[in-house]
Amino acid sequence: MLADKDRIFKNLYGQHDWGLDGARRRGAWDGTKDILARGRDAIINEVKASGQRGRGGAGFATGLKWSFMPKQSDGRPHYLVINADESEPGTCKDREIMRHDPHLLVEGCLIAGCAMAANTCYIYVRGEFIRERERLEAAIQQAYDAKLIGKNNIHGFDFDIIVHHGAGAYICGEETALLESLEGKKGLPRLKPPFPANMGLYGCPTTVNNVETIAQVPDIMRRGAAWFAGIGRPNNTGTKLYCISGHVERPCNVEETMGIPLRELIERHSGGVRGGWDNLLAVIPGGSSMPMVPAGADQADTLLMDFDGCREKKSALGTAAVIVMDKTADIVRAMARISYFYKHESCGQCTPCREGMGWMWRVLTRMSEGRAHKREIDLLWDVTTQIEGHTICAFGDGAAWPVQGLLRHFRPEIEKRIDQYTANVDSTGVLDPAVAEAAE
Amino acid sequence: MSVRRLAEKQPASFAFTAENLSWAKTQIAKYPEGRQQSAVIPILWRAQEQCGGWLPQKAIEATADLLGMARIRVLEIATFYTMFNLAPVGRFHVQLCGTTPCMLRGSEDLKKVCRRMIGEENHVTADGAFSWIEVECLGACVNAPMLQINADYYEDLTPESLTRIINDLSTGRRPKRGPQIDRINSAPIGGPTTLTDLALFAGNGKSGETGAPTAPNDQATDPRRN
Repeated sequence: MLADKDRIFKNLYGQHDWGLDGARRRGAWDGTKDILARGRDAIINEVKASGQRGRGGAGFATGLKWSFMPKQSDGRPHYLVINADESEPGTCKDREIMRHDPHLLVEGCLIAGCAMAANTCYIYVRGEFIRERERLEAAIQQAYDAKLIGKNNIHGFDFDIIVHHGAGAYICGEETALLESLEGKKGLPRLKPPFPANMGLYGCPTTVNNVETIAQVPDIMRRGAAWFAGIGRPNNTGTKLYCISGHVERPCNVEETMGIPLRELIERHSGGVRGGWDNLLAVIPGGSSMPMVPAGADQADTLLMDFDGCREKKSALGTAAVIVMDKTADIVRAMARISYFYKHESCGQCTPCREGMGWMWRVLTRMSEGRAHKREIDLLWDVTTQIEGHTICAFGDGAAWPVQGLLRHFRPEIEKRIDQYTANVDSTGVLDPAVAEAAE
Repeated sequence: MSVRRLAEKQPASFAFTAENLSWAKTQIAKYPEGRQQSAVIPILWRAQEQCGGWLPQKAIEATADLLGMARIRVLEIATFYTMFNLAPVGRFHVQLCGTTPCMLRGSEDLKKVCRRMIGEENHVTADGAFSWIEVECLGACVNAPMLQINADYYEDLTPESLTRIINDLSTGRRPKRGPQIDRINSAPIGGPTTLTDLALFAGNGKSGETGAPTAPNDQATDPRRN
């Protein structure tokens, strides 16, 4: 288990003062001026050496991302944008940072801004997080009042933080959709290239980072890359906030080391799977966009919770939102509900996604009742592969993968339901999807 | 995507209050010159609050005029972002999360409570007090099932606690927000399994030792630590 002294988020549960005084007692804003004085390259190199990978889902190396920003400004300002549009089902970690330890984020923004010569930072908070936004704004005001940020601050690097908010659109968590939304448009993802580091917010060089990523940076800088890199395993370093939800005894958020075995994570912090480990049916290890990992000796039993560990099980760490399903769960309906989520949240820009999401949801809804043909299972798989990789952004992939995970591991369950339904079908024979009432 | 259209019955006019107008100017000032369009979501949100929780067409048009945007550009934002209500809602607008993590922990039962106490989805009670709608993940999954009423989250709900909350609101009481069971925010029920080392909060203002971390598993019981 991660030692308490190696934790970054010491006020994760909000038991202590969230404000500047409390944050300072816990170590925030300690020696920030010295960190900035080390200069851009030193900061980027330190973060690179720590091996930190982005905590927002894609797992891109943070230091490398920062190094893509232009070394010399061509006259355009540089922007740092923080993605606080936390909406991935299962994920509720950034919320805790914003409402309980906001100064870690504020300080991280200043350091990251300095590393990429960005004097302005926008924090895009999801619209529903109204109380969290109020708390974050209050913390930023404290930082302004103490001259920690702002013009002519004590750190000698002019830096403004502006809190912006959305209004209920999952897609705005995609970085280019977020930039569009921040510019006052619909959140439609942009084609890349050009990448945001060249042409992002208002056509200027921009880096978009997740809240957790940035909030870890002050500790990495203070305690050193070696400290961070010593936690976890190579290529998967540091600590991570895990969100354990679903069928466990005590759902919770917890900061743990990267690479902790899934079973240890659940049993140590969440009281285990409801009804015991053997009652596990499947787990989604990284938020709803990632394929599930079923119970089993070579599957969930041996799953290590980091980027490589999840990939070995044909899934991904994503946001480390662990959704646990025990044997009472209706797995097909649970996945149909995830498909409904993607149908609802598709921005509608790319045809495979706009049309495919509703199609997958309708088919899965019928399959959950057994009201389908077995040949449709292969058809559904085929459709997922036609969505995956054929859209502007990764939303299409994220919606196709959970369905693929279901078909990969629970095909017999779907077939069983079809058999049961067929055995009971009445003389009108409403089995043919062509005449079946649409699930809508 | 979801189909969202303006309400058929629309008020004849809309004007920002003086207070909201000056607030809008402070929002516009947050963004670089010529980028006032960036303020469209916050200003639409304020317009929705001024109208009692929904956005009439005239408010959308007034926002467009204020920001110098084509009206269609603001209309498409109002229909794209699902937190903008295009038809009237109750004074207490209940947004119930129905996505899988909440569904696994009983959001379907909460829907029944909403149907019984408020009525069908998207329906405003006769006294104008309540309306409810199923929404997608609200980002409080370890406190599932949960819902949002206006600005506040109510978490770890059961049909009984939701019934009590709705009753409290309808009789003018203010129910406690956050978890409805004995629990500290998102910590495990029964108390945190971590962050129990009081030395962390001794107030020395240092974030921790530098150098390599202590090997796993030797910490919690290590007497040298305090």
